[in-house]
Amino acid sequence: MTSFLAQHGSELIEKTWEQIYISAISLGLGILFAVPLGIILSRFPKTANVVMNIASMLQTIPALALLALMIPLFGIGQIPAIVALFIYSLMPILRNTYLGMKGVDPNIIDSAKGIGMTNWQSIIKVEVPLAMPVIMAGIRLSAIYVIAWSTLASYIGAGGLGDFIFNGLNLFQPDLIFGGTIPVIILAIVTDYLLGKVEQKLTPASQKLN
Amino acid sequence: MSEQTPMVQFKDVTKIYKGKTPAVSHANITIKKGEFCCFIGTSGSGKTTLMRMINRMNSITSGEVFINGKNVNNLNPVDLRRKVGYVIQNNGLMPHMTIKENIVLVPKLLKWSQEKLDQKAKELIKLAELPESYLDRYPAELSGGQQQRIGVVRALAADQDLILMDEPFGALDPITRENLQDLVQRLQQKMGKTIVFVTHDMDEALKLATHIVIMNDGEVVQDDIPENILQNPANEFVENLIGEDRLAEAKHDTVQVKEIMLTTPVKINLGASLKEALSLMKQRNVDTLLVTDDDDHMKGYIRINRLEHRYHRASSVSDILESDIYTVKPTAYLRDTVDRILKRGSSYVPVVDDNNKLVGIVTRSALVTLVYNTIWGDTDPMSSAELSKHQKDQVTKGADDDHD
Ligand SMILES: Nc1ncnc2c1ncn2[C@@H]1O[C@H](COP(=O)(O)OP(=O)(O)OP(=O)(O)O)[C@@H](O)[C@H]1O
Ligand SMILES: [Mg+2]
Repeated sequence: MTSFLAQHGSELIEKTWEQIYISAISLGLGILFAVPLGIILSRFPKTANVVMNIASMLQTIPALALLALMIPLFGIGQIPAIVALFIYSLMPILRNTYLGMKGVDPNIIDSAKGIGMTNWQSIIKVEVPLAMPVIMAGIRLSAIYVIAWSTLASYIGAGGLGDFIFNGLNLFQPDLIFGGTIPVIILAIVTDYLLGKVEQKLTPASQKLN
Repeated sequence: MSEQTPMVQFKDVTKIYKGKTPAVSHANITIKKGEFCCFIGTSGSGKTTLMRMINRMNSITSGEVFINGKNVNNLNPVDLRRKVGYVIQNNGLMPHMTIKENIVLVPKLLKWSQEKLDQKAKELIKLAELPESYLDRYPAELSGGQQQRIGVVRALAADQDLILMDEPFGALDPITRENLQDLVQRLQQKMGKTIVFVTHDMDEALKLATHIVIMNDGEVVQDDIPENILQNPANEFVENLIGEDRLAEAKHDTVQVKEIMLTTPVKINLGASLKEALSLMKQRNVDTLLVTDDDDHMKGYIRINRLEHRYHRASSVSDILESDIYTVKPTAYLRDTVDRILKRGSSYVPVVDDNNKLVGIVTRSALVTLVYNTIWGDTDPMSSAELSKHQKDQVTKGADDDHD
């Protein structure tokens, strides 16, 4: 353990940082894209079905295949990896946002309209806050996926902790495999914990009563 | 005042949801300021649809709706809704906002100052008869009845003159419901609000309404004050809605004195001798006699104990006449007089016409029978056969109606 750290310490920090960087950007883009899209789709249920189906289809492409498909489009390196992971992050967020919005009691939405809220006010002040726990669940799920799959990104030269794992596999060095895997697990757990905190903050107090 | 612009006016209003038969057809209704107007009818009869066209929550297929003389289609729907209070069945409170935030939602949309908001919240929680500490609670921390109280006062937060309520108390237990009905009634009467209230509970409508609109299958079947609807139901549907009990009660309400009076009162002429009076009393087995003149004008009465005292000093009925007598007119409604008659404690009341001629007498026992029948729902004396046939019809018809 100590010898591993002595030998690979600085590299480990660098690779972990790469992993965080790739994951965070993919997830961030995924949130920025999928949350608003899910909200808009909740107003257009027919279009929503089509979009959901396309997103589900993208989800079924094997991760490695999707990464490989990026090479002809974006070459190798971090950009194709981020694009691929971004696509992966979309589905859980999009679906949960849509379902969360759809799950808001129609009576409440009707009441919001009835007292004179504009469509926009209803979304921002009523529907999104009430859908927040479901939306956050989608984001947490996506975050775990993205962190796990970003190890594969090393395959197309994006770096990250995957480099340790694949080196370990190639060279038959179990300590390298563990050295790459354990930080990924820790990263996933810490992220989930932090996002849990964020969820607590964003969830309306009343929701916590039950 | 009589030429005041109505608060709400429907002119030939029809609403057709896509691919359906009309939910409301050709409605013409005028709701005056200060009225408490109930829309009542069976499920699916179009009450909610009709009401929601007032604040443009439903679009209008044809015809026109006016608020305060202005066509609602020319008003901005968002502004319109902020000016019209709206209370729905399950209170429609925002679960993620505190009671205070809920109450001042509309004033906040209208950008009132924080100071005014605070003041309004305190004022309204008092109106709802709840402690100020509840302002910081969430709706889930209140009982259903308390939540609905907030739902009701919230509709007043921006000083709306018109309030729409869609079966606001449908889900509450009878006692809580009654409390809230009282609250709403006070608001309407004290604050002069105009209220449009959807219900399918006739008791509720009769308790609250000053104006009732009866709906069936999208049509306005009857539109009148409650008294007229009770007395003259437009058709069988309305009769069924009112129900046999209330109908029978309403019938009693219109019974006139002449219908139950006895037309052969025991009476004696003013000039008759006391001897004659005494023998008449003995013969008819009564202790008082009504006294009339030659033209049957009511003069008063004599009593046996006075007659006994004065028998040897007085000679004619006029000498012992007592003239302070309470009478009723034959056309008076019993409901207006029954209380007074019963309270006076006398065993009968003479009935005199407009010329003060004695035409009959209402006895205490006749009243007792009538009151008994009203309370126990027995048929009343003059139209029992007709009424009971009626009731049977309603029972079978009522069962059919439940299925749609
Ligand atoms: N949004 C809608 N889309 C299509 N049809 C509707 C819609 N709302 C109501 N209807 C139909 O219009 C008719 C009248 O409905 P409405 O809700 O006005 O009745 P209601 O008298 O309020 O009934 P209830 O007492 O059950 O609330 C019904 O046949 C109903 O199915
Ligand atoms: Mg309704």
